Amino acid sequence: MMGTIFGIPPQALFGQLLLGLINGSFYALLSLGLAVIFGMLNVINFAHGALYMMGAFVSWLLLTQLGIGYWWSLLLAPVIVGLFGVLLEKTLLARLYKLDHLYGLLLTFGVALMVEGAFRHQYGVSGQPYPIPEALRGGQNLGFMFLPNYRGWVVVASLVMCLGTWMAIERTKLGAYLRAATENPVLVQAFGINVPRMVTLTYAFGVALAGLAGVLAAPIYQVSPLMGTNLIIVVFAVVVIGGMGSILGAVVTGYGLGLLEGLTKVFYPEASNIVVFVIMAVVLMIKPAGLFGREK
Amino acid sequence: MTLHSHSAPAGAGPASVQAGGLPLARIGGVVALAVLVVAPFILYPVFLMKVLCFALFACAFNLLIGFAGLMSFGHAAFFGSAAYVTAHTVKVWGLSPELGILLGALCAAGFGLIFGAIAIRRQGIYFAMITLALSQMVFFIALQVPFTHGEDGIQAVPRGTLFGLFDLSQPLTMYYTVLAIFLFGFAVIWRTVHSPFGQVLKAIRENEPRAISLGYRTERYKLMAFVLSAALTGVAGGTKAIVFQLATLTDVTWQMSGEVVLMTLLGGMGTLTGPVVGAALVVTLENYLAATNLPVPVVIGAIFVICVLLFRRGIAGEILARFGKGRS
Repeated sequence: MMGTIFGIPPQALFGQLLLGLINGSFYALLSLGLAVIFGMLNVINFAHGALYMMGAFVSWLLLTQLGIGYWWSLLLAPVIVGLFGVLLEKTLLARLYKLDHLYGLLLTFGVALMVEGAFRHQYGVSGQPYPIPEALRGGQNLGFMFLPNYRGWVVVASLVMCLGTWMAIERTKLGAYLRAATENPVLVQAFGINVPRMVTLTYAFGVALAGLAGVLAAPIYQVSPLMGTNLIIVVFAVVVIGGMGSILGAVVTGYGLGLLEGLTKVFYPEASNIVVFVIMAVVLMIKPAGLFGREK
Repeated sequence: MTLHSHSAPAGAGPASVQAGGLPLARIGGVVALAVLVVAPFILYPVFLMKVLCFALFACAFNLLIGFAGLMSFGHAAFFGSAAYVTAHTVKVWGLSPELGILLGALCAAGFGLIFGAIAIRRQGIYFAMITLALSQMVFFIALQVPFTHGEDGIQAVPRGTLFGLFDLSQPLTMYYTVLAIFLFGFAVIWRTVHSPFGQVLKAIRENEPRAISLGYRTERYKLMAFVLSAALTGVAGGTKAIVFQLATLTDVTWQMSGEVVLMTLLGGMGTLTGPVVGAALVVTLENYLAATNLPVPVVIGAIFVICVLLFRRGIAGEILARFGKGRS
């Protein structure tokens, strides 16, 4: 067996790094959704944390009420959250595009309060357990650490989703339309592309990503109405650090900060809650546009 | 377009209140003052003091959003940290309430300086997100440092005697002290808005590049406004700690930041009286809801959505707009 690394037993170090990677996976999925939505709608979706919670709750409800298991939830919950997103965009957000962007933030803040308040009223604040699916129980002994299968799956699944989204936006025709509509919606509409529908679908896709993150999170954290409340603010900081400019930037920053948080838990646990915010302040002092952002 | 072209329609801003509507505004002010003096004999004083503390909080917040165009989503950090400092210095160090509130305000101003220096590097939505993230940092600090007593908060803070003369454990004495503090804060804001400094802030709000081209160092003005707003928020937070003899984590949460945004939005951003009206309404509503079975966050969230969709000028803004139309 190895000795210690910087005075820390390797088991503890790698264990925290894995936790950091898991957290980073959720940061990446959520900040990716925020970046996609912001690029198209110019709205910072404050309801993102609430919709992540909704994704977890939908999968829990599917399991306990209808007996529908994890794998179907992985498909159904994001679709349901996405449909809720369509409803939100069509009825509320679509009325605000001509106004200052801050109104979008305020509106989605109100929506977040309503969604979280409603779930809290209905189900209380205590967490509901969600079992790990049969196929992903157990774990692997990697020699230097023990890797639970489900955690490995979460990392792989979120990486695949992030890369898939990036490919879809950068390498497909639909993605090209999306990027063009982000640059100049009027011109793209003049070419006969239904931009309002694209806006709706973009919002639905962004919040569906949040819903998917919620399903992935359900077996790891407990399903609770407050699970997205504080997470969304960390994700905001991640987005500020990465800069809104690039999709890949959002993903890289998400994983990077998750890992950094894990390292902080090993070496200086008292600061692990605030390290992301400290890094945000430092980045803003050095590069106000964010690591991957462009100054407009 | 900026946020304020909706909230403060042309000619209906505070400038016209000062110029055209002076007699009416003066009568209104005297009536309002008379109501505030008589109020504790009719309504429950603790409720009124809560309204006044939150009204000052909302007015201080409005100084930034309404007159400098800076949307802070982290004002709870100033409110809560000041409450903690006041509560700690009064209870543990045994300071007098006026010194405790002063130290609370100084602490808030210090945080304001740090927050401001970092946040004014970005505008608009980013400014809101940065202030939100920084205030969340203050929340986690408050959760971990020992002197705040974590979930329990600092309880049983003595009200003490003001200037060694007035016994604040008497409800009426406490009420008139809070009223005086509120009027002082309101006067500072009124004076700021109508000063050359306030005019520069409005110029920055309307068109920052033009203000820069006129030779104003806009970053300094924004930072000064931010610190002033934070300090006045601190006065409100410290006073609240004395009134309720309590400082808790609730005061530092981002929900608290959201609440002050709602009060200002509901009352009317960019109007002087709007935040007072908004604070009174939200506090009344929460008092009412506490007695019912309705989930408070859902109602508050719904009001947010309705305000943003239908009612962006707020109550005072709507009245000023109608009133302004009628006269011209």
